[in-house]
Amino acid sequence: MEIKDELIDHIAHLARLSFKGEDKAGIKNDMNNIIDFMGKLNEINTDNVEPLVFMSDQINVLREDVPKQTITHEEALKNAPKKDSDYFRIPKVLDKTID
Amino acid sequence: MYKTFNEIKAALEKGRSVQDILQSYLENIKERKDLNAFLEVFENSAKEQAIAVDEKIKNGTAGRLAGMVIGIKDNLCYKGHKVSAASKILEGFESIYTSTVVERLIAEDAIIIGRLNCDEFAMGASNENSAYGPVRNALNEDYVPGGSSGGTASAVAAQLCTVALGSDTGGSIRQPASFTGTIGLKPTYGRVSRYGLIAYASSFDQIGPIANNVEDIALVTEIIAGGDEFDGTASSKEVPSLTPTPLKQKMKIAYIKETLDTDGVDPEIKERIEQLVNCLRADGHELIPVSFAYIEQMVPTYYVLTTAEASSNLSRFDGVHFGYRSNEAKGVEETYIKSRTEGFGDEVKRRIMAGTFVLSQGYYDAYYTKAQKVRRLIQDRTNEILAQNDFILLPTTPSTAFELNSVKDPIQMYLQDIYTVQANLAGNPAISLPIGKHSNGLPFGLQLIGKHFGEKELLDTSAYLMDFC
Repeated sequence: MEIKDELIDHIAHLARLSFKGEDKAGIKNDMNNIIDFMGKLNEINTDNVEPLVFMSDQINVLREDVPKQTITHEEALKNAPKKDSDYFRIPKVLDKTID
Repeated sequence: MYKTFNEIKAALEKGRSVQDILQSYLENIKERKDLNAFLEVFENSAKEQAIAVDEKIKNGTAGRLAGMVIGIKDNLCYKGHKVSAASKILEGFESIYTSTVVERLIAEDAIIIGRLNCDEFAMGASNENSAYGPVRNALNEDYVPGGSSGGTASAVAAQLCTVALGSDTGGSIRQPASFTGTIGLKPTYGRVSRYGLIAYASSFDQIGPIANNVEDIALVTEIIAGGDEFDGTASSKEVPSLTPTPLKQKMKIAYIKETLDTDGVDPEIKERIEQLVNCLRADGHELIPVSFAYIEQMVPTYYVLTTAEASSNLSRFDGVHFGYRSNEAKGVEETYIKSRTEGFGDEVKRRIMAGTFVLSQGYYDAYYTKAQKVRRLIQDRTNEILAQNDFILLPTTPSTAFELNSVKDPIQMYLQDIYTVQANLAGNPAISLPIGKHSNGLPFGLQLIGKHFGEKELLDTSAYLMDFC
């Protein structure tokens, strides 16, 4: 199949990525090649084959639901790029200056 | 220089301390800085650990890994230490808990010496995709060490640590082991807990060791393996002693004809493997040529499924909760898009795009479901061969290590994994053993694939082969 600009824009939006100019031409070319390469799968007949979904033969691994604290509130916020004492912070939507 | 744990134990017997041993590794690391194998040396915590282990040895309370110095791939969490998956998007991130594998190594008194460079998010076959620069092959610095666990392999080859942990999604332990003349094991899917491993493709990823002898691989695997309440896919099957013991009977080994009867494999690698097949036959083992119809579909199947899983796993990098945030963004949507676009490297973005495509409406069945069906065929055929044979034998890689910057086409790079992805697609354990040196001076590996949870037999046979070759 041929990959068009609209498809690249659509997939990039779903993936929350952005490609412009040269980068867009580059990813379009790469996607064309990769999807073409993936097309090799059509050479194999898979009629009546069930998809393989689970790699583990462990079924229903159950455990008691015991409440415990595995990380603290402070640890959870530790690596946030911006935070206050309680919350993750994101830049304001309407603020014209850089947050 | 300490190449194996046996050498360390001998030195400890003679009165050397763990602190001395650590110091000697730290000096080697400084001397081989050009390899770019370590992203960070945990000098302070390693020294503190060494002091504590020396004390335990004196008191007779030391664990089974006392004196062993271990490097960890930069996708394994170790509380209070940085981890980045060699990505800019995790620059500065500090683990808030310790991965199960590292926890178990420390519980047996191993020293954790530092975090090892790799391809960004373990995506690559040459270790040229790191945001912190490529790793060089310890045996020849103009060549790549393989990937994605390139730092792991180069560090072990250069004796910068005794053993190192890598992760293997499509060959990321075995291919670099082949390129650096070391031994690398990918355990059975579910043999080792993935808790604390930064996920790439969750139905493929396994953590495993690279080392300079089979005994060290066996000991470390035995310690890290086994069920874990933090990973529901980690099997609760009992872990037997993995210490290699002599073979009790002659083996039946299948070798895949298509991996040898092709122009794609280097003639010297082919010749060496055929020679080995003949030697094993002469020694009384049964070597059976088998056919595998899906060789050409292996890598495409692998790429459909792993990129799909990666696109989902990597959605957590949003510039809000942890990691890199773009300075330019306003509002939440822009924060996601700009942080991800600026934070991820090219290969990671390529795979997120491919994975998002195969999962998207209209293409899901044609690509994703189709690949899951082919995966079943590949697993069924692998099981069928292993129902009649003890192992499958094939080259680890079609060639020896290549020069830095010499492979530019993404698809050509993906094809590096042609012989290694089978074990990940089917979930089997597989090991790469250094069995030869090419006339170009570089080593190459032989790969053995074993039965599910057959690590013991795989390692016994590996030890036999290392003596035999």
